[in-house]
Amino acid sequence: MRILGLYNYWVFVFLMMVGFYILISRRNLVKKILGLNIFQTSVFIFYISMGKIIGGTAPILVEGEGEVVYSNPLPSVLILTAIVVGVSTTAVALSLVVRIKEAYGTIEGDEITAMDNEMPPP
Amino acid sequence: MSDQVILRVATKIIVPTILLYALYVQFHGDFGPGGGFQAGVIFAAGIILYSLVFGLRRTQKVLPSWVARLAASTGVLIYAGTGVVALLKGGKFLDYSVLAHDPEHGQHLGILFVEIGVMITVLGVMITIFYFFAARGREDL
Amino acid sequence: MMQHLPALLVVVPLMAAPVAAILRWRRAAWALALTVSWAVLAMAILLLRRVLNEGVISYFLGGWVAPIGIEYRIDVVSAWVLLVVASIGAVVMPYARASVEREVEPQRVPLLYSALLLCLTGLLGITVTGDVFNLFVFLEISSISAYALIATGPDRRALHAAYKYLIMGSIGATFIVIGIGMMYVMTGTLNMADLAQRLPEVSSRTVSVAFAFLTVGISLKLALFPLHLWLPDAYTFAPSTVTAFLASTATKVAVYMLVRFFFTIFGPTFSLEVMTFQWVLLPLALIAILWASMTAIYQMNVKRLLAYSSVAQIGYMALGISLASVPGLTAGLLHLFNHAIMKAALFMSMGAVMYQVGSVRIEAMRGLGRKMPWTMAAFVLGGLSLIGVPATVGFISKWYLVLAAVEAGLWVVAVLVLVGSLLAVVYIWRVVEAAYFQEYVGEFEVREAPLSLLVPIWALVAANLYFGLNATLTAGIATRAAELLLGVGS
Repeated sequence: MRILGLYNYWVFVFLMMVGFYILISRRNLVKKILGLNIFQTSVFIFYISMGKIIGGTAPILVEGEGEVVYSNPLPSVLILTAIVVGVSTTAVALSLVVRIKEAYGTIEGDEITAMDNEMPPP
Repeated sequence: MSDQVILRVATKIIVPTILLYALYVQFHGDFGPGGGFQAGVIFAAGIILYSLVFGLRRTQKVLPSWVARLAASTGVLIYAGTGVVALLKGGKFLDYSVLAHDPEHGQHLGILFVEIGVMITVLGVMITIFYFFAARGREDL
Repeated sequence: MMQHLPALLVVVPLMAAPVAAILRWRRAAWALALTVSWAVLAMAILLLRRVLNEGVISYFLGGWVAPIGIEYRIDVVSAWVLLVVASIGAVVMPYARASVEREVEPQRVPLLYSALLLCLTGLLGITVTGDVFNLFVFLEISSISAYALIATGPDRRALHAAYKYLIMGSIGATFIVIGIGMMYVMTGTLNMADLAQRLPEVSSRTVSVAFAFLTVGISLKLALFPLHLWLPDAYTFAPSTVTAFLASTATKVAVYMLVRFFFTIFGPTFSLEVMTFQWVLLPLALIAILWASMTAIYQMNVKRLLAYSSVAQIGYMALGISLASVPGLTAGLLHLFNHAIMKAALFMSMGAVMYQVGSVRIEAMRGLGRKMPWTMAAFVLGGLSLIGVPATVGFISKWYLVLAAVEAGLWVVAVLVLVGSLLAVVYIWRVVEAAYFQEYVGEFEVREAPLSLLVPIWALVAANLYFGLNATLTAGIATRAAELLLGVGS
């Protein structure tokens, strides 16, 4: 029963594997970025779910009450940083894909590699 | 899209609300969920919505691209500048307690400036990215 | 101000980067980057002297005491890597002005300097921080700016190379953050010193899995075989300045992360006896040395050849670390410094060739020994250092490495190190033969590279020879760092 109670870790592992599989199996450049995003999202779920304390409320200071059990606020802050990092990575990746499309005319990874191998490096 | 009456009118009502909500999220970051990054993204989303409905050219009259790029740099400088001011006043880098006459007000002031810096940078970066993607392939912009 | 040096080291380039981005004159952006990189070098030298005299320096960011707040913690290992990164930055910047103008579009030049400063910030931040999540943030800052820097290359294949590097680098960074998350779940702290105290008490399968994720993530950043696939393309198609900078700093800082995680945070006992990671690292390092050197022999483009040679040299560093003894770690850390100055000189001389000739293929090297004597002489000396000829720094690293292998009783490893040197002779000889023993066949007249390109190259070559003849300073610091990491007396 304890294994089923750890369902947040199962969700994390499932999403991580889905994202990682998309990342390495798809040849289309935009689909790879989608896989990367899902992969990074799984990490966010991992961090946030580990911050929850049983019986804990949201980690916002409640004035006037006595003993209040708060959930851990630190993972939320870490994840905000990680989300920003993920957004930046996605932005750079998409900008690169836009310019690759203009330069090569396609966004399929195998076609681009074939075009690359036609010419020797300068 | 500016010949669609419903879209135009709805956007004119919604966009100011979005911008105001962004400012709300920004200033309530101390007391509830929110803060600089979220506020910047919501503000940028409002401007992007306006641009989707009314066109890129009109939006660039409101918020020219050089303003967006300047904003992106200025926010970082505000953030780091707050830290350097704390350094000059005798504390460690980013030590907010020394910024005002007592530690509590110092913390408030420090967080305020830092979050404003974050919001300005995020706003600038999001708008710059949007302008970059939207103007691609159009020689007139 | 002296006490704030750890923070200023990161803040100064961080504040200069947005200023460089909004400047419109290329010279102004370059001048700003030059001033900042030299200021950073001065700060790094001051910090190294302080650490050698006083021991560990600790700086609490924001006034919050560790382990609650973020701590910047500089010990001998950090100060050593700081010196390497700062020196390479300071030497590459004067070189950058002419080289960048030839290879990058004019309107992108200020943004390139801005990204270069951000990359420098990230790399410096990784070495000074004492908090693991802060390390991840700086790692991503340096990585994302590196992706953007590589994409500024003149050839369209730079874009695809940057994309591949982005995908693999992001996988590595995400693995690192998963490992950090697992460590945080078990101990509740993110401070490195605190983790080092608490991890032995909670040894469980989670900690082992965290170790595994961190190994794979850092190996991706380190370009350890077989996770090196991004490196050849990225180094070949990036502008020469960017290649010279990244090849000498990014992978070295990844080596620093490796030793920091495995010897300081997880501790030598856990890493070596429980997880026995040296038996994973050792074969991979040997394969990297041999296979990458052999692949380098067949390359037609000299930058690609040097990139594969870099993979081999990273194998040497990993070999030194996997031997996990004081001489072994000394060899690895010493090679960190030596390889940085060797490779930077080699890539910069290729950049000078690109500046004058427009191509870095081996056919384009013909006759350059007579047309560009100073540039090719620098290349030859750098190549001799790669091989490990006495009186160069390469010899010192190989000497310590062979000594460590023999001391561990692994005679096969010592022999394979020497085989690697022989393979290096082959690929360096290919370039030397084209440059000195063949006639120049181009259409236009080729002159020697300008002084602004030659002076930084020869500064590095001079350092190469000086530290090869008098290694007391470098070997001394590396030995102290190795002893600190392994927890042996000092």
